[in-house]
Amino acid sequence: MTGHDHDHHHHDHDHSELSETELRVRALETILTEKGYVDPAALDLLIETYETKVGPRNGARVVARAWSDPAFRARLLKDATPAISELGYAGRQGEHIVAVENTPRLHNMVVCTLCSCYPWPVLGLPPVWYKSAPYRSKAVKDPRGVLADFGFEVPDSAEIRVWDSTAEIRYFVLPMRPAGTEGWSEQRLADLVTRDSMIGTGLPKQPHEVA
Amino acid sequence: MDGAHDMGGVAWSGPVQPEPDEPIFHAEWERRAFAITLAMGMPGGWNIDMSRFARENRPPQDYLSKSYYQIWLAGLERLMLERGLVTADEIEAGKPLHPAKPVARTLSRDGVAAMLHRGGPTERQPGCAARFAIGDRVRAKVIHPPTHTRLPRYVRGHVGIVELLHGVHVFPDSNALGQENPQWLYTVTFDGRELWGPGGDASVKTSVDAWEAYLEPA
Repeated sequence: MTGHDHDHHHHDHDHSELSETELRVRALETILTEKGYVDPAALDLLIETYETKVGPRNGARVVARAWSDPAFRARLLKDATPAISELGYAGRQGEHIVAVENTPRLHNMVVCTLCSCYPWPVLGLPPVWYKSAPYRSKAVKDPRGVLADFGFEVPDSAEIRVWDSTAEIRYFVLPMRPAGTEGWSEQRLADLVTRDSMIGTGLPKQPHEVA
Repeated sequence: MDGAHDMGGVAWSGPVQPEPDEPIFHAEWERRAFAITLAMGMPGGWNIDMSRFARENRPPQDYLSKSYYQIWLAGLERLMLERGLVTADEIEAGKPLHPAKPVARTLSRDGVAAMLHRGGPTERQPGCAARFAIGDRVRAKVIHPPTHTRLPRYVRGHVGIVELLHGVHVFPDSNALGQENPQWLYTVTFDGRELWGPGGDASVKTSVDAWEAYLEPA
């Protein structure tokens, strides 16, 4: 159902179908532009915004701040939306954000089984796998199986907490700070924070993984 | 509606397949489809639940055979057709054939940052007290509306615990039909075995965000 699946399972139709879609989108943009409903320059800026400005580096800065500043961490866990806006991130698909903290005994993971809800201001647009049928179906029933698909496991002693984003609340995982990073600057810490660690399908990098 | 979009717990073969170094968009048409969809929200005047229903309200084979942005495109075309902003013969011809319909607003390049920053907050002032409190046991109602709902099938009929209270939010089931009808919103958490039976994972807890109308005392 996703572009990803499509590419991998429907090679026979791929070329003509995609070309058809491409032509349809191009024609639609022409119709809407000529009718005065859309401005192509606004479209360009929307694309540029999500390709270059709004993405998981924003979330990584939030996590690094929380790891460095206990007062910020407390504000983030109490009411994430204003805490995150302190760093300048706010708005569409992040109007109401809740941050959930991983601990040695609790691993949080976020999904949207009904569509693709995702905290855009801190993570950008969701990856294809997040919107795909396998993730949306399996995350709530077999999250340990999903984590295995991502190549890691959470100890059986830890509880897994899955947040299905069925309303306009957007969930954001605060991962555990890797050991061996004492005294690191926020900027260095941010380099350890992966997108998947803020969804709960991955872990931050370890100090030896970054130069 | 009980559509193919409601995927929680559906047996789906194959693993989740993360793509290394995935690009934000996989084709130029995805970029344009994304941007057109965001920009048309202003002249179109529809809300997020109308958009979601326009995407999900289609036969399973249609929903499952389309890629993500193909579903967006199909949803957008439907919303515009319903309001007469474009017509079927124009989409067929690939060019405008009829005069534009007057619209209240459009999105200019200068307006993009403000529109994104404003977003679409759904919280409203409470008009009454919350029926449930944190820690209460509640059952998700068994409902099968033919219209839009955000209560996924896999929790219907099951008992959970109220974990968070989010204030009063626009109710999607009615908002998709043009009525905000805001009401209390809760995070309700279910044990793995409550949802999936003895084969479920007892070390897993799963929550949904549920409006008051979805819940009854348990």
